[in-house]
Amino acid sequence: MSAIAMRNQEAAPADIKMRAAGVDVSYGDKQALFAVNVAIETNTVTALIGPSGCGKSTFLRCLNRMNDVIEGCRVSGQITLDGVDVHDRAIDVVELRARVGMVFQKPNPFPKSVYENVAYGPRIHGLANSRAELDDIVHSSLRRAGLIDEVRDRLDEPGTGLSGGQQQRLCIARAIAVEPEVILMDEPCSALDPIATAKVEELIDDLRERYTIVIVTHSMQQAARVSQRTAFFHLGEVVEQGETGQIFTKPVDERTQAYITGRIG
Amino acid sequence: MSHLLIILAILSLAAIGFRMGRGRALALAGGDARALHSLPNHYGGYVLLNCALPGLAVIAIWLAVEPHAIRWLVLSALPGDFRVLPTERLGLAYDDLRNLAHGVAVNHAADAVLSAAASHYLALRRIAVVGLVIVSLAVAGTGLWRGWRRVAPNFAARRAVERYIRVALIAASTVAVFTTIGIVLSLVFETLRFFGKVTLWDFLFGLEWSPQTALRADQVGSSGSFGAVPIFAGTLLISAIAMAVAVPAGLFSAIYLSEYASRRVRDVIKPVLEILAGIPTVVYGFFAALTVAPLIRDTGGSFGLDVSSESALAAGLVMGIMIIPFISSLSDDVITAVPQSLREASYGLGATQSETIRQVVLPAALPGIISSILLAVSRAIGETMIVVMAAGLAANLTANPFQAVTTVTVQIATLLVGDQEFDSAKTLAAFALGLVLFVMTLGLNLMALVTVRKYREKYD
Amino acid sequence: MTEIATDQAAPSARRQSKDRLRRRHAAERRFRLYGMIAVAVALLFLAGLFAAIFSIAYTALGQTEIALEIHFDGALIDPDGTRNGDVLARADYGALVKDGLGTLFPEVKGRRDRRALRKLLSVGATFELRDMLLADQSLIGGRRTLWLPASDDVDMYAKGLVAGGADNGGRINAKQAVWLDLLRSQGQLEQRFNWRFFLSGDSREPELAGILGAAVGSLLTLAICLALAFPLGVMTAVYLQEFAPRNRWTDLIEVNINNLAAVPSIVFGLLGLAVLLGFAGMPRSAPLVGGIVLALMTLPTVIIAGRAALQAVPPSIRDAAFGIGASPMQVVAHHVLPLAMPGVLTGTIIGMARALGETAPLLMIGMVAFIVDVPLGPTDPATVLPVQVYLWADAPERAFAERTAAAIVVLLAFLVVMNFAAVLLRRRFEQRW
Repeated sequence: MSAIAMRNQEAAPADIKMRAAGVDVSYGDKQALFAVNVAIETNTVTALIGPSGCGKSTFLRCLNRMNDVIEGCRVSGQITLDGVDVHDRAIDVVELRARVGMVFQKPNPFPKSVYENVAYGPRIHGLANSRAELDDIVHSSLRRAGLIDEVRDRLDEPGTGLSGGQQQRLCIARAIAVEPEVILMDEPCSALDPIATAKVEELIDDLRERYTIVIVTHSMQQAARVSQRTAFFHLGEVVEQGETGQIFTKPVDERTQAYITGRIG
Repeated sequence: MSHLLIILAILSLAAIGFRMGRGRALALAGGDARALHSLPNHYGGYVLLNCALPGLAVIAIWLAVEPHAIRWLVLSALPGDFRVLPTERLGLAYDDLRNLAHGVAVNHAADAVLSAAASHYLALRRIAVVGLVIVSLAVAGTGLWRGWRRVAPNFAARRAVERYIRVALIAASTVAVFTTIGIVLSLVFETLRFFGKVTLWDFLFGLEWSPQTALRADQVGSSGSFGAVPIFAGTLLISAIAMAVAVPAGLFSAIYLSEYASRRVRDVIKPVLEILAGIPTVVYGFFAALTVAPLIRDTGGSFGLDVSSESALAAGLVMGIMIIPFISSLSDDVITAVPQSLREASYGLGATQSETIRQVVLPAALPGIISSILLAVSRAIGETMIVVMAAGLAANLTANPFQAVTTVTVQIATLLVGDQEFDSAKTLAAFALGLVLFVMTLGLNLMALVTVRKYREKYD
Repeated sequence: MTEIATDQAAPSARRQSKDRLRRRHAAERRFRLYGMIAVAVALLFLAGLFAAIFSIAYTALGQTEIALEIHFDGALIDPDGTRNGDVLARADYGALVKDGLGTLFPEVKGRRDRRALRKLLSVGATFELRDMLLADQSLIGGRRTLWLPASDDVDMYAKGLVAGGADNGGRINAKQAVWLDLLRSQGQLEQRFNWRFFLSGDSREPELAGILGAAVGSLLTLAICLALAFPLGVMTAVYLQEFAPRNRWTDLIEVNINNLAAVPSIVFGLLGLAVLLGFAGMPRSAPLVGGIVLALMTLPTVIIAGRAALQAVPPSIRDAAFGIGASPMQVVAHHVLPLAMPGVLTGTIIGMARALGETAPLLMIGMVAFIVDVPLGPTDPATVLPVQVYLWADAPERAFAERTAAAIVVLLAFLVVMNFAAVLLRRRFEQRW
């Protein structure tokens, strides 16, 4: 384990938004993650890559405790947000998720109007004191998600009626309407066509200025395009992490090498 | 008994036909089944069907026609002074002579005319049995012969047999349609006769219901009154009480079991709740009348309330509990069918579980929930035994749940149980109420079906 | 995306107040509590129902009987010594009971007291003596100590369910109470197993009333119902699921079946009354008619369950059979239907369980008549268990209450067995594809 840890180049402590230390996760009898250590830098896009079933999505879901929802799932180890353990009693899971938002693999707009989809988060968290404030939040969120021009006249139409790429950007708008600090994205483009993917990737790059982003992706090209840092997962362990450029050009571990060159599926 | 023997005879003949058809097919193929178009058993089956179906059809038609034919023959052979009797008296006389013929004691001395008619009747019955034996066996035998002749190695017996089976399947699937037609026709027919005696206006908008028609025409209140408004009001009151119990309890049970309860708790509680749906309603009726109604009366009494021992509240409460599983299990299904991704999207935004349920899950599942509620209302309106045993007979027009009210089903049951005079407005009124009940539940069921179909289209 | 900078606000500028968070969590707990209350209400009611029924029912297991020495006096029974069955059947067995009581309480004089004494025993006692003698003529002239059924009032009094003494409204007067206490102290009054309840038909006398007639009636009715509903249901399900083209007609059939499943049961009773009794002239109160009505009512359940079971058979099985040249009929008969059978049977059993508990439609077709004899065939007048429950629940005698509850327990026992069978069947044969 110490050999692996040495190869993991973690970022300097000052810039670290979230950090996972020795995280084990198991579903029932099956262990999915083994002693994972990952550091996530502020205002950076961190990509989690690896073959399917390697535990990268599981890890992502640990960061805002979405695994709590799954019956029989046990998480141990330490995950900190701004230095505070997210499993701490003082941390409210509801508040945690407001600070660490999530965008899912398949676009999942609520069966409500575009407006209501974005307004949902601010409403439950009481972020707006008036209808005008709420309108403001909805509009600026849609604008930041790059969707406002496409839906300006369709705010009252069901969100499920948009195209796949628009739906995914709607989901991103919905997530940023709560003003999170970190946005977790679980393969946000895997259900989208190349043009929609390009738009979302462009958006991710823009969002980096305000938010810390963690993105799980299947596509190494995508990781190379959008991320500054990359962590490579394999069979439930973090094999290697570091600057994206370095991982892709000079991987240290031979498993990383094998994956990048396409020998591990 | 003799009819059973005839049927057995036809079936044996058909079995012989099976052996013959199979044997002939094999013989024609020179003992090599591969030379045949179909399996040997298909040829046998073809002959069997050709023999049994016409034979059994003859028996069925014969049995339907025979009693009417014999009755007509016997009655038309009676002396002239019988023929002028009114229909009901004639019917009684016919019953008498049939009892006489079967050796059942008749309450008055049998006269010569009746005895003669009785022996005439018996003679006709004997002729009928012999006739049936000859005709049905002849038809079955002909069918057997014709089927047997068609057996040939290149004859597609399998297809022929499968065509028969297909027709049988189609016929079976129309039974449900004919049931509905039968219900509608019988209800509409009797209801029209009812409206020959009572006007539609009086029935639908009359405020007084007292169907007890007097036996003699000169007695007071001999006409009875058939204003059904108090009955409709009573039905609505009890159904409303039932739904006030069942909707929140059923919905919250469904939510708790599908969203909150752990798997183990759910696996135990769900079947236990289903027990509520499996208990016969007569048991609920007994419990309502024996335990719940006195409890409510005494509790109300201790608060100084005047509660009837057949209060609408008791019947409605118990009915509501009975309906809980109908709402909870269907709602549970639709809540579970709401995609998990919607819940995750909501949790991901920092919503609590109840916020997610109220603002995301329930709106998404709403059509299914509405449909389950509509079906539950339909069941409440149509429920009979609980109200027969625990609600009253008095047609009070009141919205007070502590008083006794009556319902459509109670009235149908009381009007039709016991001795009935056919054709009386009292009996026919039950059918008119039945039609109202059928139309109301039909409307609710169809609305429920349509909403749930739309819902399925959305998520399938 | 240049606007981003303008509408920026520091993400941490808003932090919801702890107060609001507390309110949201309180709402969460309340919501969850409502769910628990709803489940608890249903479960408590169920527990209350069973507790009430069983606590009333268990006393019906015993029947108070009185031991009496009976002298089968030949001079009373058969003065001419004919030993003829008719003579013996018509003899005055009541006199034997009177004599037996007279020797036990020689001090009781006066017509009223003697009547009161006589009323301790059920009228059924004389019938039991008659049946005993007709079965064994050698009893004549002999003496036997026999346990004879007490009347229902004595039964209730002996079980402590009603108070004695005329002054406090009991149906047992003070003198009778004294006699009964004497009998009890002499060991001549006992609770004995109530075999009459399980082995006899209905009766006006609670102590003689049994459920055998209703149970046999239920059995006959259910047999007819099963014989009609199962084949028709399976055939319809097979046709609709495997062969029917998707068009307006089959759509209509489907809507119709779904609707029939929700039509109130009493409407099926009206159908039976108008069509089967009125139009087709079938006999009233007959299990045959009851079975047909219940079959029409159960049919939708069987069809819907059957279709679900057929649908669950994966298409790959059908493709495999078609691939080796089986005809559509053979595919269904040899592969699909056998695989779907457990599901079909489960649905059928559940439908039958519903039919067994059904009361309302049977009231319409006259299965509510008072019938003493146990029915022997599907056209004999009969009643069924739930209707028996209904009839007894209406009876004014206190002793019928415990019998009603006991009949309910028997009915529930049948239902439990059927549902258990359905669950077992599902567990045993359930296939996950």
